[in-house]
Amino acid sequence: MAIEAHNVTKRFGDFVALDDVSINVESGSLTALLGPSGSGKSTLLRVIAGLEVADSGDVFISGKEATALAPQKRGVGFVFQHYAPFKHMTVWENVAFGLKIRRRPKDEVGKRVEELLELVQLGGLGGRYPAQLSGGQRQRMALARALAPEPEVLLLDEPFGALDARVRVELRQWLLRLHDEMHVTTIFVTHDQEEALELSDSIVVMNKGRVEQIAPPGQLYDEPANEFVMSFVGPVNKLDDAWVRPHDIELRHEPNGSTREAQIERIVRLGFETRIELVRDDGERLYAQLTRNEAEELELERGDIVYVRTRKEKTFSG
Amino acid sequence: MTARRLVRYGSLGYLALILIAPVGLIFWRAFEHGFGTFWTAISNPDAMHALKLTLEVAVVAVPLNSIFGVLCGLAIVRHRIPGMGIVNAVVDLPMALSPVVVGLALYLLYANNGWFGTWLNEHGVRVLFAYPGILLATIFVSLPFVVREVVPVLREIGTEQEDAAATLGANAFTIFRRITLPAIQWAVVYGVVLTMARALGEFGAVAIVSGGLAGRTQTMTQYVQAAYENGANETGAYAASVVLAAIAILTLALMTVFGQREDSLGHRGA
Amino acid sequence: MPRARRRALGAPTLSSGVALGYLSVVVLIPLAALVAKGTQGGWHHFWQVAWNPEAQAALKLTLGLALAVVGINAVTGTALAWTLVRDNFVGKRFVNALIDLPFALPTIVAGLTLLALYGPKSAVHVYAAYTRWGVLMALLFVTLPFVVRTVQPVLIELDREMEEAAASLGANRFTIFRRIVFPHLLPALLSGLALAFARAIGEFGAVILIAGNLPFKTEVAPLYVFQRLESGDTEGAAGLAVLLLVISLAVLLGIGGLRRYATRHDR
Repeated sequence: MAIEAHNVTKRFGDFVALDDVSINVESGSLTALLGPSGSGKSTLLRVIAGLEVADSGDVFISGKEATALAPQKRGVGFVFQHYAPFKHMTVWENVAFGLKIRRRPKDEVGKRVEELLELVQLGGLGGRYPAQLSGGQRQRMALARALAPEPEVLLLDEPFGALDARVRVELRQWLLRLHDEMHVTTIFVTHDQEEALELSDSIVVMNKGRVEQIAPPGQLYDEPANEFVMSFVGPVNKLDDAWVRPHDIELRHEPNGSTREAQIERIVRLGFETRIELVRDDGERLYAQLTRNEAEELELERGDIVYVRTRKEKTFSG
Repeated sequence: MTARRLVRYGSLGYLALILIAPVGLIFWRAFEHGFGTFWTAISNPDAMHALKLTLEVAVVAVPLNSIFGVLCGLAIVRHRIPGMGIVNAVVDLPMALSPVVVGLALYLLYANNGWFGTWLNEHGVRVLFAYPGILLATIFVSLPFVVREVVPVLREIGTEQEDAAATLGANAFTIFRRITLPAIQWAVVYGVVLTMARALGEFGAVAIVSGGLAGRTQTMTQYVQAAYENGANETGAYAASVVLAAIAILTLALMTVFGQREDSLGHRGA
Repeated sequence: MPRARRRALGAPTLSSGVALGYLSVVVLIPLAALVAKGTQGGWHHFWQVAWNPEAQAALKLTLGLALAVVGINAVTGTALAWTLVRDNFVGKRFVNALIDLPFALPTIVAGLTLLALYGPKSAVHVYAAYTRWGVLMALLFVTLPFVVRTVQPVLIELDREMEEAAASLGANRFTIFRRIVFPHLLPALLSGLALAFARAIGEFGAVILIAGNLPFKTEVAPLYVFQRLESGDTEGAAGLAVLLLVISLAVLLGIGGLRRYATRHDR
C-alpha cells in the first residue's frame, strides 16, 4: 500500500472537514478524490501531504508512519490548484529547486531538468518566467517541479480547475500518458466527475467530510452505494422512489404494457447524443439520453406523445 | 471642462502656496550670499559634528528597525498567535504620537529616578543627554515603516509558494531565504527608505532626550534650530536645512523609483 | 499519539518573541512610564496640577487648529488626489512625487521654510509668524500627504463602469460624484483625515519656530508640554502628554474601526 489513512478527523473551528476518513491507495495507481466543494477532499490531500495536521487518525506513506512528519520529510510531490510558481525564478530554476536544495551535483541537476522540461513539453522555455507562460504551461511546469525530486507519491489539488475547457481536456490525456510512463502513485482532487471517471483506477467519493464509496469508475457508475453517489457520479433522473440513468430510459411510439405515457417538451441535439426532455402523464419531469442514430430512427418531434419505460433502476433503502 | 480646470489649478495652487514656495525659498536663502558663504556655514565643526552624529544614529536605528520590521511582519501575518492584533496596533502608535510625548516617555523612563534610569545610573550608563537616548528616540519614531510595507505584501502573496517549497523539501530557513524574502524585497527596500528619512529628520523626541549640546549631543535637526535662534547664524540654519532638504529630495526620488517597483509587482498596500 | 507542530515557518515562537521583546523595550515600557507619571496621585492630583488655564488653552487651541486642518484637508486633499488620478498635465509625475515631501522633510526644516516665506523677513510680505495663522500653515504643510495618499489608491481602483452606468441612466457629473464616487471614497477619506488629525495635534518641530512661544496665543499642546518640561514641571508635562496619548490611541482605534467597516463587504 502506497498510502493509507486511518480514521482521520480534522476540524476547523466548528466546521468538521474530515470525519473519520479512511482510505487505502495502491502503489502505482491513479486515484481520484471526488466530491462537491466542502466535501473535505482537498483537506484530506493536504493532510496526506503534511500541509495540515489531523486532529486524530494516522497517515502511512509507503508503509511508514507519516502522521507527525513535516511535509519536507514525506517524499510527496504536490501540485497546487493555482500552481504556486516561484514568480521570481525562471522555469528552469523552478523545476531545479527541489534538486538544488538536496545539493545534487550541477550536471545531474541540469540533465534532469532538461529531461523533465522535454517530458512536459516545455523544452526550450527554461529561461522564461512563470508570468510569461500560459495557464496550461504553468501547470505543466508545476508538475515537472513536483516530479523533479522523484517523489514516492504525487498529489494534485484540482490541477485543471483554473484552465479553460479545451486545455483541460488536453491536459487530462497528457496526465494519463505521463502516469503510464512514470508509474508514480498519484492522487488527484477534483469536483468534475467526468474527469474522475476518465482518469482514475479508483475513485474515492466524498461528501461532507465522509467517504461515501471507494470503487473503480465502472463499478461506481453501475453500482452506486447510495443516492448521493448515484446522483453525483453521472446524470440521473429521480422517478417516484427510483433512480434512473437517462440512457436507461426507453422510448417507443406504441404503448407496451409496462410503459407510461409522456410528452416531449424539448429535443436537444448534443453532437453524438440527443437529449429528450419529457413530461410524464403524472406531471413528473425526466429526460432520456439517446444516441443520434436512435433518435433519428424514432423520428421524434417536439410535442409528440411517446411511451417510456426504464431498462434499469435503483432504489436505496433508508 | 471648467470644473476640471478649477480643480486642477485650485489644487496645484494650494500645493504651490503651502509646499513649493517655502521649500524653494530656503534654497534661495542658503545660496543668497554665494556658494562660498554657504560652504563656510556648512563646514563649521559644530555642523559637521551634528551631521556625523545624525548619521551614526541612523546607521544603527535603520537596520534594527528593518530586521524587526520583517520579523514582526511575519509574526503578524503568518503566525496566528493571540494578541497579534494588539501588536499590529502598537506598531502603528509611533505614527500617531506626538514626538514630545515620545521624548517625555523616554525621559521619564531613563531619568535618574526613572524605572530603568535608577539601575543604569548605578552602573554608570548614561542614556539621557547621550548617544543611547538619541538612538532610542530615533528607533521609536521610525519603527513602523518596514512593518507596514511588509504586512500587506505578505498577506497578498499567501502561503502557497512557501507550501510548495516545503513539499519540495526546503526547511524553514531555506524557505524564508529563497521564497519569502525575495517576494517582499521591494517592500522592505521601500520601508527602509522611509525609515531612513524619518531617522534623519527626527526633531521633537530627540530635542527632549538629548540636551542639544553643540558639538556633543546635537543632531542635524537640532543644529538647524539652534543656528536660527542664535540670530547671527541664520545662514547656517538655511545651509543645514538645504543639506537636509537635499537628502529629503533624494529620499523622494528613491521612493518614486522603489515605489514603482513595488507597484509593478502589484503589491502596494494602501 | 504525538502531534506534529504545524510547519515552523520562520520559527514562530522565536520571531514573535523577538518582535514582542523589541516592541516592549522600545515602545511599551517608555509609554507605561509616562502613564505612570502622568496619573500619579490619582484624578484629584491630576486636575490640580496638570489641568491649569494655560494647559486648557493649549489643548483647546490644538483641537481647534486640528479641526480646521481636517476641514481644509478634506477639500484640498480630495481635490489633489482627483487631479493626480483623473487629470493629465505636464509634470504630473513630478507633482505626484512632490506630495510625499512633507513625509521626507524634517519637521524643523519645514518650519524654517514657512518662517522664511511668511515670517518677519518674508519674501512676499505676508507676516504670519507668531500668529495662529502661521501655526495653521505649518500644520497644513505636514498633513498635506495624508488624505491624498489614502484617497488616491481608492480612486485608482474605482470601477469606471459604475460611473458610466450612472451616466447612461441620466446622472450629471456632480450627481455621479456625490452618489457614486464619494461613498466609495468616504472610508479612505476618513482614514486620511484621522491620520492628519493625529499628526496635527502632535506636531512639534514644524510649529516651534513659527509659533514663537506665546502662551494662550500660539502655544499648542506639544509646545506646552515641552515648555513645562524645560521649567522642571515634569508632572504638568506628563499630565497633558498622557491626554495627548489617549487622544492618539482613540484616533488609532477609530481608524482601525473604519478599516473594518470599509472592508465589511469583503468578509
